[in-house]
Amino acid sequence: MLRVEHMSKRLGAFCLDDVSFTVHDGEYFVILGESGVGKTVVLELIAGLVAADDGDLYWDSENLRRRSIQQRRMGLVYQGQALFPHMTVRGNIAYGARGHGAEWAQKWAEEVGVGHLLERRPDTLSGGEAQRVALARTLASDPRCLLLDEPLAALDLHARAQLRGLLRQIHKSGRTIVHVTHDYEEAVSLATRIAVMNRGTIVQTGPPEEVFHRPASEFVARFVGIRNILRGRLASTGPYTPRFNADGLSISVVTDAAPGPGMIMLRSEDVTVSRAPIESSAQNVLPGVVIDVLRTPGGMEVLIDIGAELAAMVTPESVAQLDLAPGENVWVSFKATAVRFVGDEA
Amino acid sequence: MTRNRINIEPLYLVFSFLGGLVLLFLVAPLAGMVLNSSGQELVQAGTDSEVQRSIWLTLWTSMAGTMLLAIAAVPFAYLLARKEFPLKTLVLAVVNLPIVIPHSAAGIALLGFISRDSLVGGAGEKAGIHFVGGAGGIMVAMAFVSLPFLITSARDGFAMVPERLEKAAMTLGASPARVFVTVSLPLAWRAVLSGLILMWARGLSEFGAVAVVAYHPIVTPVLIYERFGAFGLKYARPVAVIFLAICLIFFVAFRWVAAGVGAPAWLSRQRAEAGDIHAAR
Repeated sequence: MLRVEHMSKRLGAFCLDDVSFTVHDGEYFVILGESGVGKTVVLELIAGLVAADDGDLYWDSENLRRRSIQQRRMGLVYQGQALFPHMTVRGNIAYGARGHGAEWAQKWAEEVGVGHLLERRPDTLSGGEAQRVALARTLASDPRCLLLDEPLAALDLHARAQLRGLLRQIHKSGRTIVHVTHDYEEAVSLATRIAVMNRGTIVQTGPPEEVFHRPASEFVARFVGIRNILRGRLASTGPYTPRFNADGLSISVVTDAAPGPGMIMLRSEDVTVSRAPIESSAQNVLPGVVIDVLRTPGGMEVLIDIGAELAAMVTPESVAQLDLAPGENVWVSFKATAVRFVGDEA
Repeated sequence: MTRNRINIEPLYLVFSFLGGLVLLFLVAPLAGMVLNSSGQELVQAGTDSEVQRSIWLTLWTSMAGTMLLAIAAVPFAYLLARKEFPLKTLVLAVVNLPIVIPHSAAGIALLGFISRDSLVGGAGEKAGIHFVGGAGGIMVAMAFVSLPFLITSARDGFAMVPERLEKAAMTLGASPARVFVTVSLPLAWRAVLSGLILMWARGLSEFGAVAVVAYHPIVTPVLIYERFGAFGLKYARPVAVIFLAICLIFFVAFRWVAAGVGAPAWLSRQRAEAGDIHAAR
């Protein structure tokens, strides 16, 4: 268990203020925030590369602030990999694995799918391959937890999806992972818990569903943007528009993804509310009951129970016209193209 | 007139002409010296045992001095590249001091420092090293005036190594010493090697400081001067030509070896990344 307590650090114009969070064993903890809010510095503080001005840092009951970088064994994987350019892939992976035999590097290379690249030089690798080697190098050094700095940021879509699968697999093997990113999709698809960071401090921590459905502040709400997230399963439908099934709902989704478990995301701005089912190009027309109507900076947010909770963003005029109030029966519609599917496995 | 004829900007034509003049200025005296020496003169000078002794002495003292000083200067260069400390600007100025002071003055200063009745000279004397009038003194004089070249080049080389690589190595459990030997030094190696070559080349061509500290045993630059003073241009020239040729051979050979060490592909990429990191900050 990693405990960060009231950590503060001033670095020039930028400043981390009173950062606290706990990462339990085996958790996939994602720190989500815009670029330049100090996410990387948090990782460097944990790894010991930057000394904190204030605060405490524990691994179980061990005070990490009293330990050197080498003793902490926090496996930091930098953005852009930071592979040693003058060594082969094998040399890179074996670097932190002193005391282990030659098979050790081989084992970890195969674990992350770069077993065939051992004699290559880092500058001949693709972005995805280099990121895998960087992961293998850190894993081979036998770290207590993994600290990942934007591990998917520099990759193309295909490599990103593959690497996401690898990260999920590493997490399943029981690793504790702290991952920082600015990409909410990445956060939702990987995290068991998310911490949202803004202006050098953590503004909300919780499971992805909670953070996205019940943002604790306006900042979180605006940052995460997408309010509607549903877990479920993409069914195979042959040549027809794929359908996504969740909580007894069946939703049309436009996607090229393979069938399987995953989640869909839908912006509340893309949901239309009406009194009667309307005929339009929208493939998804569903009945529901209004749970609540809330005033937000972006307009009126109508929470509707359609079997799952769905948020729709409408104007105050529409609320008045349609007489939207808790308990009223309504219809919601949204286009299949407005729904984004993210598969668990790809 | 064809369509793909390159338009020549008159300004660059002028610049090229000026460049040609500069090259001529550098090459002409050397070429003249070589062309004015007859084969017979060269053979005569080449078989002169005093000339042979002096060339050998010059080569080994300059190399040994460079190697000995490198043991301390290379780690020092790393410190200068990586760490901030009080009075760093002053330290950097001190490092470059030998470049700006007259070398005869440097020789005078060194003489006081290593003479038999000084602390260092006395200690050397007890250990059997005769600085004044000995190879030890020659090495000290050569190293003193040429050290800035090594430190500056090595420092630039270390500064070019992305700090993230060193940090990554430390999180992988490597001690700072291991990081220095396995990451920083190999990645800065070309610059360090280039600095070593520069320091060596500068040291072996030194006249002023060496002549003051140790006129004898005689190194080649001093020998050339002595022959010129005693017998004239005709006697000094063949020695100069032979020394020039030997230096050139060594210099080109070392450069060639240095260029072969390390792969330029990753070097350029690593430099680009270093640029990115600076831009990101």
